[in-house]
Amino acid sequence: MSARGPRWLRCLLTWAGEHRRAATETIDRLARAPLGTLMTVAAIAIALALPATLLAITDNLEALADDWRRGAALSLFLAPELDETTAEALAAALRLRIDIDRVDVISRAQGLAELREHSGLGSAVEQLPDNPLPVVLGVYPAADLTPGDDVDALLASLAVLPGVDFAQADAQWIRRLNAILSLLREGVLLLGAMLALGVVLVVGNTIRLETENRRDEIQVMDLVGATGAFIRRPFLYAGAWYGLLGGLLAWALVDAAMWLLQAPAGRVAALYDAELQLTALDLRQSLSLLGVGTLLGVVGSRIAVGRHLARLRPV
Amino acid sequence: MIELAHVSKRYPERGDALRDLSFRLEAGEMAFLTGHSGAGKSTLLKLIGLLERPSHGSIRVGGEDLARLPRRRIPAHRRRIGMVFQDHRLLAGRSVFDNVALPLVTAGMPRDEIGRRVRAALDQVGLLKLERALPLTLSSGEQQRVGIARAVVGRPEVILADEPTGNLDPDLSREIFRLFERFHQLGVSLLIATHDLALIRAMGHRTLVLKQGRLVADAIPRPPAPQAAPEPVS
Repeated sequence: MSARGPRWLRCLLTWAGEHRRAATETIDRLARAPLGTLMTVAAIAIALALPATLLAITDNLEALADDWRRGAALSLFLAPELDETTAEALAAALRLRIDIDRVDVISRAQGLAELREHSGLGSAVEQLPDNPLPVVLGVYPAADLTPGDDVDALLASLAVLPGVDFAQADAQWIRRLNAILSLLREGVLLLGAMLALGVVLVVGNTIRLETENRRDEIQVMDLVGATGAFIRRPFLYAGAWYGLLGGLLAWALVDAAMWLLQAPAGRVAALYDAELQLTALDLRQSLSLLGVGTLLGVVGSRIAVGRHLARLRPV
Repeated sequence: MIELAHVSKRYPERGDALRDLSFRLEAGEMAFLTGHSGAGKSTLLKLIGLLERPSHGSIRVGGEDLARLPRRRIPAHRRRIGMVFQDHRLLAGRSVFDNVALPLVTAGMPRDEIGRRVRAALDQVGLLKLERALPLTLSSGEQQRVGIARAVVGRPEVILADEPTGNLDPDLSREIFRLFERFHQLGVSLLIATHDLALIRAMGHRTLVLKQGRLVADAIPRPPAPQAAPEPVS
């Protein structure tokens, strides 16, 4: 570096250079002990990958449930005395509403045929003297309605229309699935919090051993007037590297898990007449995983080296 | 420069290490600290270097009361003091240059300035050619000179040395003391703990004698009497 320039700038450059040096020296040190480093990184990766994989699966299922809910119709069971001509007129009126995408009229005969086909009561249905079913309107909400509140409001408004005997959302089971997924998400976050604590402990223990190994070096630095920040710096970088590498490996594990689960998940989805293309973590989630890993590494390291320095420097 | 008033240090497990110690070391003064093992020499240096705090009394260094010094300012205090140890305390994995540079690096000094100062310090102790060597490849005397270069590189106001020649033979010990004498002539205050009474007498500086934690003597020793010439054989 040139001797030119203001002293504060040269000090700043030196400080930045010391950070660069601490970062590179630390990664060199980790590379010199590949087995130990790999074990620590793997432990961190597994702890991060488990909740991340569950979160990715939950996200995929939520997206699928959302698609199902958006595609589900509201069924309006008309009064038994209304004939199909009246039903068509009501359907035409409903089609003019902006919160409705499509209205299908299911005649009494179509309803009976569906009952015969899907209920498993074919022979019993044959015995009926006449068709007891009402005309049904299948109402599909507009795509911009929010599944939940908006659709519930639409259902409530349709239920009170003249001639409508009973209104029902066909997506009730999807709502239950969503509730289960919401519970699952909460559980994953709780599990994630516990495993995050595990990562802090793993990194903390590794750095604690490192501080013991470098006890003499730390003491000498302390004696010559190094600040706590200066002494902590290489250990914080080590924690950050562990966390970042653990996060990278976790990201790869999540990707691999999604790839492995694609075929069985697709088979399950096919049973519900759906297609499921599992997606791994998106960019934001991937960066979050790396960031969380790095942060946990730094926190674990900070705690370990802080305790060591407190023991070393009773003054 | 250094002023102690009624300083005592008591360890719960060992009892009193220092008792009611008072003295003053002026700026630019060089003094020896001597006494038997366990007399309290190292403890006294640790208190001045703020590696420990006294149980009672006050210590002022450069007018600053160490008892009131907040923890965050301790590193800056240590950088005002150069410390030399019997076991050198060098980092085995770092070169001579890096070891000597450590106090300047920790102080955040610009790299070019660090280079200049480290080479100047190594030149003063005669080790400029060994700047790239690792400490373990050096002799004990050379390692101690690296330790001294590290102590003086930050241009401290005072140097504290704890048995700096404890592991050295008499010739190397004299060499190390001559180095200290040179820094003394440059205006640095020195407080050197040593058992080497012969060297203390030869140097002729103020000597503080500790016994069981008390200051029992504070004087300038008389230089050794010149040896009588052998009588001519008739």
